[in-house]
Amino acid sequence: MATEILMPALSPTMEEGTLAKWLVKEGDKVSSGDILAEIETDKATMEFEAVDEGIMGKIVVAEGTEGVKVNDVIAVLLEDGESMDDVKVADKGQAPVPADKEQSSATAPAAAMSHPAPAQIDASPDWPEGTEMKSTTVREALRDAMAEEMRRDDTVFLMGEEVAEYQGAYKISQGLLDEFGAKRVIDTPITEHGFAGIAVGASFGGLKPIVEFMTFNFAMQAMDHLINSAAKTLYMSGGQMGAPMVFRGPNGAAARVGAQHSQDYAAWFMQVPGLKVVMPYSASDAKGLMKSAIRDPNPVIFLENEILYGRSFDVPVMDDFTIPFGKAKIERSGDDVTIVSFGIGMTYALAAAEKLAEDGISAEVINLRTLRPMDTETILASVKKTNRCVTVEEGWPQGSVGNYISSVIMQEAFDYLDAPVINCTGKDVPMPYAANLEKLALTTTDEVIAAVKKVTYK
Amino acid sequence: MPPKKQDAGSNVSAEELLGHYREMLMIRRFEEKAGQLYGMGLIGGFCHLYIGQEAVVVGLEAAASEGDKRVTSYRDHGHMLACGMDPKGIMAELTGREGGFSKGKGGSMHMFSKEKHFYGGHGIVAAQVPLGAGLAFADKYLGNDRVTFAYFGDGAANQGQVYETYNMAELWDLPVIFVIENNQYAMGTSVKRSTKSPSLWERGAAYGIPGEEVDGMDVLAVKAAGEKAVAHCRAGKGPYILEVKTYRYRGHSMSDPAKYRTREEVQKMRDERDPIEQVREMLLTGKHASEEDLKAIDKEIKGIVNEAAEFSKESPEPALDELWTDIYATEVPQEA
Repeated sequence: MATEILMPALSPTMEEGTLAKWLVKEGDKVSSGDILAEIETDKATMEFEAVDEGIMGKIVVAEGTEGVKVNDVIAVLLEDGESMDDVKVADKGQAPVPADKEQSSATAPAAAMSHPAPAQIDASPDWPEGTEMKSTTVREALRDAMAEEMRRDDTVFLMGEEVAEYQGAYKISQGLLDEFGAKRVIDTPITEHGFAGIAVGASFGGLKPIVEFMTFNFAMQAMDHLINSAAKTLYMSGGQMGAPMVFRGPNGAAARVGAQHSQDYAAWFMQVPGLKVVMPYSASDAKGLMKSAIRDPNPVIFLENEILYGRSFDVPVMDDFTIPFGKAKIERSGDDVTIVSFGIGMTYALAAAEKLAEDGISAEVINLRTLRPMDTETILASVKKTNRCVTVEEGWPQGSVGNYISSVIMQEAFDYLDAPVINCTGKDVPMPYAANLEKLALTTTDEVIAAVKKVTYK
Repeated sequence: MPPKKQDAGSNVSAEELLGHYREMLMIRRFEEKAGQLYGMGLIGGFCHLYIGQEAVVVGLEAAASEGDKRVTSYRDHGHMLACGMDPKGIMAELTGREGGFSKGKGGSMHMFSKEKHFYGGHGIVAAQVPLGAGLAFADKYLGNDRVTFAYFGDGAANQGQVYETYNMAELWDLPVIFVIENNQYAMGTSVKRSTKSPSLWERGAAYGIPGEEVDGMDVLAVKAAGEKAVAHCRAGKGPYILEVKTYRYRGHSMSDPAKYRTREEVQKMRDERDPIEQVREMLLTGKHASEEDLKAIDKEIKGIVNEAAEFSKESPEPALDELWTDIYATEVPQEA
C-alpha cells in the first residue's frame, strides 16, 4: 500500500516551512534512513529522512515551495509492484488531518490567534507619520537591534549557550559571530549560574553584556546573580557601581515542552526594584525596546517568546529606532472596556477585541511593553473612559501581573469602575504535556471574550 | 604607583616590614573597635571580623599594582583597609551612617569603592567568585594588563558556581587569582567535616588551573606567592589559585559563641602563629625597630581607629529621602 509522506514538524513551534530541495526523484528506490529532502524552518535547514522503504511514486510538493503547512502531503511512497495509477492523491492543502487536529495542535496558542487588525487610533506613535515600513520577524528585529547596538558601542557583547557558532538555539544571533567575531559573540559552557555571574562582574568592570538564556527557565539556576548581584548592587554601593546589562531569552510556554520549559516569569521579575522588565509583543516593540535595553544603565530582563519569534510585523525603516521604557501602546482604541496585556498575551487580547467588535462591544487594547517601569497612567486614563478592565497574561494567577494592575486601578480609579477587574491568566497548574491539557492550561481568546462580557454585563 | 617589588625572606627591608606591621595592626585594631561598637549596639545586623587573617590581605595587596581589582565575601573589612579605603568611611558604613562608603545603605557586608577598585562586599557565599572572574573578563576584553583578586573561604569552596567559574576562567584565560582563605571553619563546620579533599587548591587541577598552598600566617610567604600568581596572570597565562591557610580568632560573626572548637586551639594559634607577632619579632630581632618605635606605631593606629569610631558615631544617619535613591542609574556608573 502506498504511504503518504507528510510535511514534518521539525521544532515544537513550527507551523509551516519551505521545501528547499528534494534529494530523491520519482522512481528512486528509498530505504528507511535515506535523506529525502531538505526542509527550511524559520530557524534552520533540516534534513528529512525516510521512515519507510519503497519507491518514490510521486513528488507532490515541488522543491522551492514556501509556506508548506505541517502535515500536508509532500510525496507518495509506493510498495514494490504498485504504480501511481493505483493511488489517489489528495490535493495539496487538503491532506488528511485527524479530526481533532486543529484542537490538539501543538501550535494551539497560534491557532487561537487571528491576525490583529491595524490599530485604529494609535495614541502614542513610536515613529513619525509616513515612515517607510518593512515587514520583519520578531527574530530578525531582535538580531538587528543587537547588531546595531554592537556597531554603536564596542563594550556591548553577547554571551550565552550556542549564541556564536550554532548561530543561536533559536537563531536570534544569526550572523552576529561573522560580523563581530568570537571576542564579542561568546559561546559559553552550559553553566548558567557561572556565566551570569561572570557577566555581572564584567558589567561592574565597564562592559555592557547581553546574556542570552536559552530559555528563562534555565535562568532559575542564575537567579541569585540576577537579583542579588545585578539588581541590588547600585543601591548597596550608594550609587557607585551597578550592572548595565541585558538578560534576554524566550520566556513562557512554547508548545508541548512540558512543565519545566513553559513558565512565564513576568510577575517574578516585575517584583524586583533595581531591575527593568520588558516583554515585547511585535517586531517593532522587540527592536525599539531591545535597543533601549542595551543602552539602559541598569540591568534589564528582556522576556521574549518563542511562538512570536517567527511572526512578522511592520518595523519602521529608521537609522536609530528606539522605544522608551514605561510607555504603553494603545494598539486599538475603544470605549466599552479596557483590555491590558503584554507579550504573547496581546494575541489573545487583540483577537478577542476583533470578535467583540462583531458583537458591538468596543474594546480598547493596551500593550504594556514594559512591566517595570509600568505605564499605569495609560491604563488609568483608559479605565476612567471605559469603566471596565480585563487583564490578559499567560502566567499563573496568584501574584500575577494582572493582580498588581487590579490593585492600582482599585486605589487610583475605584470610583470609575462599573465592574470588578478580571484577570485572565494561565491556570494554576504546572504546564501539562498533553496537547489538549496544555491548551486548557493557557489563557484563551474565548476566556478573554467571556471576561469582557462579564464586566460589561452582556 | 609603580608595581611594588620585594625579595622574599631575609632581604626584606625594614621599611617594608614596618609597612606590613602597620597595615596588619590597623586591621586588628579596627576590628577590635568594631567588635566594641557592636557590643554597644552602634553596629547592627551581621558583623564578621577578620582578626587572625590579617596577613592574607596585607601580603596580597603588597603584590598588587594600581588598577588591580579585588572582590570578596561579607568578611570584608580587612580587604577594604588593606586596599587603602578610608577607615572612617568603613566604620561609618558599619554604623549605618551618611558618611559610610555606601551612604549607610550597604552595611558591613556590602561596601564598595570604585576609586580603590574594591568591588564588594558580597553577602551570598561564593557569588563573588564568578563576579571576580567577570571583572577579569572585562580587563581582558578591554586589553589592559590588570589582575583581579577573587577572595573566598573554605566554605564557599564547596559551592558549584566556584567550579563553573574555574572552568570558564581557564577556558578563556582570565587574569584572576582565586584566593581561598582557608580559615578552617565554614561558620561552625570544620573543613574535615565538609569535605574529604585533602586540599582545596588541588581541585583546580581538574580544570587545568595551577595553584599552591600558602602559609597564611606569614605575610612574607603570602606576598611571595601573590607575586608569583600576579606574574602568571599578567603574562596572559590565565587564572591561578592560592589556598592560603589562615585562622580566624573570633567567631564566624558577632553572635557566634564558637563552641565547635576548643579555647586551647585558638590560644595555641595566637601564641605560636600570630601574623602580627611574627613580624614584630622579626622587626625586633633584626633590630629594624625598637620597642619604642613599635609603641609609637601602635599609638598612631589607635588614634586613627578612634578617630574613625568617633566619625562613625557623629556622622548623621542618612536622610530619609535616601531610601528612594540609587535604585536606578540614569547613566552608566562605571568607567569603561
